[in-house]
Formats: sequence, structure tokens, C-alpha cells
Amino acid sequence: MDKILRINMGPEAAPSMTTEGVGEYAGLGGRALTTAIVAKEVPALCHPLGAENKLVIAPGLLSGTTAAMSGRLSVGCKSPLTGTIKESNAGGQAAQMLARLGYMAIVIEGRPKDDTLYKVLINKDGVQITADNSLRLLGNYDLVDKIKSEAGDKVAIVSIGPAGERRMCAASIAVTDMEQRPTRHCGRGGTGAVMGVKGIKAIIIDDAGQQMRQPKDPEKFKAANQAFVAGLKKHPVTGEGLPAYGTNVLTNVLNEAGGYPTNNFSVGRFDNSSKISGESQAELENQRGGKGSATHGCHKGCIIRCSGTYYDKDGQYVSKQPEYETVWAHGGNCGIDDLDAIARLDRMDDDYGLDTIEMGATIGVAMEAGLAAFGDAEAAIKLLKEVGDGTPLGRILGNGAAVTGKVFGVERVPVVKGQALPAYDPRAVQGIGVTYATSTMGADHTAGYAVATNILGVGGTVDPLKPQGQIELSRNLQIATAAVDSTGMCLFIAFPVLDQPETFQALIDMLNAFYGLSLTSDDVVALGKSILKNEREFNKAAGFTAEQDRLPRFFKKERLAPHNVIFDVTDEELDSVFNW
Amino acid sequence: MSATTITIRLYATLQGYMPDNADHYPIQMGASLEHLIKSLEIPKDKIKLLFINGVRCGLETIVKDGDCIGIFPPIGGG
Repeated sequence: MDKILRINMGPEAAPSMTTEGVGEYAGLGGRALTTAIVAKEVPALCHPLGAENKLVIAPGLLSGTTAAMSGRLSVGCKSPLTGTIKESNAGGQAAQMLARLGYMAIVIEGRPKDDTLYKVLINKDGVQITADNSLRLLGNYDLVDKIKSEAGDKVAIVSIGPAGERRMCAASIAVTDMEQRPTRHCGRGGTGAVMGVKGIKAIIIDDAGQQMRQPKDPEKFKAANQAFVAGLKKHPVTGEGLPAYGTNVLTNVLNEAGGYPTNNFSVGRFDNSSKISGESQAELENQRGGKGSATHGCHKGCIIRCSGTYYDKDGQYVSKQPEYETVWAHGGNCGIDDLDAIARLDRMDDDYGLDTIEMGATIGVAMEAGLAAFGDAEAAIKLLKEVGDGTPLGRILGNGAAVTGKVFGVERVPVVKGQALPAYDPRAVQGIGVTYATSTMGADHTAGYAVATNILGVGGTVDPLKPQGQIELSRNLQIATAAVDSTGMCLFIAFPVLDQPETFQALIDMLNAFYGLSLTSDDVVALGKSILKNEREFNKAAGFTAEQDRLPRFFKKERLAPHNVIFDVTDEELDSVFNW
Repeated sequence: MSATTITIRLYATLQGYMPDNADHYPIQMGASLEHLIKSLEIPKDKIKLLFINGVRCGLETIVKDGDCIGIFPPIGGG
């Protein structure tokens, strides 16, 4: 990976491209790279939908190699949802292919002078950008079918649906999986709206004729990868639990722990949680059968295979197996207990190109506002359809929970820096509450997944119901995650990496063997810290202060059943997360 | 002397060990979680998370009448 593709969409001229060497960005990948470019090249005070914002798409440092788990694609920009710097990553096939074609990053700049839609084709012969208004307002599924008929069934497609074209703040960027379905999404923060305002409907990546990227030391790399794979298989979470039950295995444990946000964060347990648990979902999928039903990998090189495929009772494909976050957002958070309805909502989100977390939280706020009853799945489907159709109500909902709460006069709006909270109540899982409040990304669970230690006993144990130990926990995980987000690795490697030192070492050995370096774990920590420092500085320049590193007030005032807890980490403690 | 009964839920790969009387499982007064696991015949190395009334506990914790027990193998997600 030795080149950066810059696409200038205008408005001074028609779209144009240059390919350049990596220059000062050498040695960076994934989030490290997207953050470096955005922090350096995007004015922090720009309007996210304006020509000054840039959309950076970057595979990770190990993407396109034979390293297991290396298929994550990072997307970065100034977020139209939060107004902060944003990085969002997804699995699927694009990162591996883009890396093998030699691109460290694609940087999309400017914005077109009119509303012409473009598609970009990247292959071994170069890059072509073509106007194609026949793609206007196509859902991601129809879009992929159309592109497949022209470009074949081996290409990877990075695209937006109608939500991105309509510049909705909950709009995602879709990445196709191994079956060429648009099911993996860079969901959080409205990156789809930035791609939309820059006039790009789809980026088609064809790595035919390309080889795996070659390590500097092939023998050492192979040995490190083998040790890494052994570690992933050995750990029961990545070796057994995730392939059998998927991420939705979390429903029962969060519910048991009393931290499962139900009916718009009003209580910490859902009476019907067992109907939508990972166990029930796996049982249903196994019963219905079909290719890839209960165990399925989202990208080539994944050996965990946490995903699955959801077929309806007649054997028709509906969606990929909905993830825990999606089942929570469209399920318990809305009082909905029907897996079939949740799968339909998931497919609609994927098709329109929307963040399932933001949409589920938004529908929960809409229910609190009285637009629908909690538990009414058909009503939720109707509300989501409004978003896909771009009606005035749909435009409100498609801009997320904060906008919806404002428009309908709702007090209980679960957002930080404008982004909706994911599937863990911060009152009963206080470590994740610290991450939600302080992450540079807004309320974000993957940014520092304290749930692992608060609830799951991974990397030690910290009592989730008390403030003690949460700052250190969140800080360390935020640093480590920023580094992992730069490697192209799926974050689920964290389960074995946190528990098995030899697996963490294998990851470092792979990086060293590939690039001819001598990194230590201290260097990994330093990388994570430098990324967070860059992001914090951008946010400060964008106008953010300590006052925005806070949870909504109701989390400090309203006790959450069953444990009767509030979030009681102090503001002073929150302000100490980045002291190092 | 009144009997001690508890509610038991076993999850994920432990579902197969659920007894028929999981909603009213009789247990000796003063029994610990360790006793419970032995009586359910679950191999200790399959167990990761033990909850009593929604709070994580250790094997030595004594179980009381009316307690709700939840037991998980190692699991994760995100």
C-alpha cells in the first residue's frame, strides 16, 4: 500500500483524480490514517456538508495480507451528526481488495456543483469516475444488483442508499460481504451523508489480478499468524460462543445484569428478552436452515464467523443475522419481541443505508413521544419506511434521536454529542458510561468496550454498579482500541488479546514481520494515545469543551430498575480520562 | 422447616444442563453456588459468569430462598 487516491468533486471543475505517494502519512492505516488526514486537512470549524470536509476511506495496516481477521475498512470525516471528528469501520470485502490494489486511502474532497451522481471504479488498470443518474435513490440492494450486472459478482461495493443521498445524519456507508450483499455498515455518525453530499453513490473495487500483500519477513509473519489464529480458536468467546450464537448472545447477559436498556432507557430489564436472545435466534436459524444460517464470516480471512444469515419462515433471505446492537435497538429498546420484525427492520436499515443503533434509539424516542406504542413492531416498520421514502416525518427521524427528541419535545433523549447511546445502560454498566461520555466519537460502545470487564469478566473484573475503577478501565480500552482500529483487525480479537498475552504478542509480531519493525506493546499504547490526542485537539478546535463530555442529566437523576442505580462517576473523574 | 427454592437460568452452551424444575429448584439451606453447580452436574471449567439477582458473585456465595440465579459460559459480543 503505497499510494493515496484523491478525488476532487468540485465545484470549481468537474470531478478529477490524482494518485500520490503517502508522504507524511507513511506508517499509518485505518483510524490512525483517517484521523491524521482529517485532523490535518479538514478545518475543524467547517460545515460537515460543505466542500471543506473530506471523506477518508482507509484499509488497516494488515488489510490485504494473509493475516486472519484483517478485513476492516475505516471511514473518517467531520461528522454531520456529532460535529466531532469521526471514524467508523465495517467488515466486508472492500478493505482487503483496496489494500491489495495498493491504496492506503481514498480521500474524497470538495463537492460537485450540481446534484449529478457518480460511481467510481477502481481496478488494476486505474480509476474511473463516471456520472450515472440512473442510480439515484436506489436502495443498496437494488444498487448492488445493478452494479453486479455490469461489473460482475467478484467486486466489492462501498455505497450509500437514499438516506445518504438525502444527507440524513443517521446515514451509513454500506460495504458488501462475501455474498456481495450490502450488509456491513460504517454505521455511526452520518458518514453516508458526507458521501452523499459529495455526489458519490458507489465505489466499486475490483482486485482481479492482484496478489496478497507480501511481508518483509514471510517466515516470521506466517509463524505469528499461526500463533494468532491458535489464540483466537483457543479462547472460548472467539472459538465457540461467537460462531455459535453471534453477538446477540449478549441479550441474556445484559438482561440478567439489569443493564439492558428497555423502552427508551426507562428500565434495565426486558420481560420478553428470551424471545429475542441469541439463543432463540440461533435456534430459529438452525430450524429454518439455509446457507450460512447460524455461522458466517463477513470477510475472507475471518475465522471467528460471528455473523449468520436470517431467512424467513418460507426460506427466503431477509438479512444477515441481526447483531446484538440491532436486536436491542429495534427490539428491547422499543419493547419489540419479534425476531422476524427485527430482521425486517435490519434489512430496511441496510437497504436505505442507516445506522441501526441510531434508528432504533430514534424510534424509541418517537415511541416516548407517542408516535407509536412501545412494542408495536408494525408501527416501527411504518416509521422506518417514512425515512426510506424521505417524507417530512422521515427526514426528522432519519436525522437521529436528538433531532427527533427536539422536534417532539421529549426529555429522555439518550445521546452524547448528538449520537445515540448503544445497548448498555450507563447506570448499570458504569464503565461504558465513562466511554460514552468521554469518547471523541460521541456515545460509542466500541470506542472503549468496558462491558468486557464490567459484565463479561474479560481482562479482569470491575463492578459495573459502582464508579470505582471505571475511569482507568475506559481510558485503557480507549487507547488500545484506537490502536487496534488502525490495524484493519476486527475488534473481536480483543477478547483473546485481553486475556492471553501470547495472542497480543502474536499481533505485534505480525506487524513487525510484515513491515520490518521492532514495535513493542509500549509502541502500540503510544499509537493509541497519539490518535486520541489528535482527535481531542480537532474536537477542541471544533468548539467542544469538557461540558460535552457528559451523559444526559436523567442518567444522574432517574434510578434504573432492577438495581435502582444512577450513574455516579463524577464530572471531575470524567475530566481525568485523558490525563496521562 | 421450609424448603429453600430458587430460580435457575442457564444460558448459551449451558442450556442443556437446565433441570425441568428450574423455576422452583430445591436446594439445601446454606448451600453455595458451588454446591448448586455440583447438583446440576455442570463441569466447573465450562462456567464463567455467575449472577445472583443480577449481581455477579463467586462460587462461595451462599444461595438464599427466592434467589434468581443466572449462569453463563464465557461469552462476548459487541
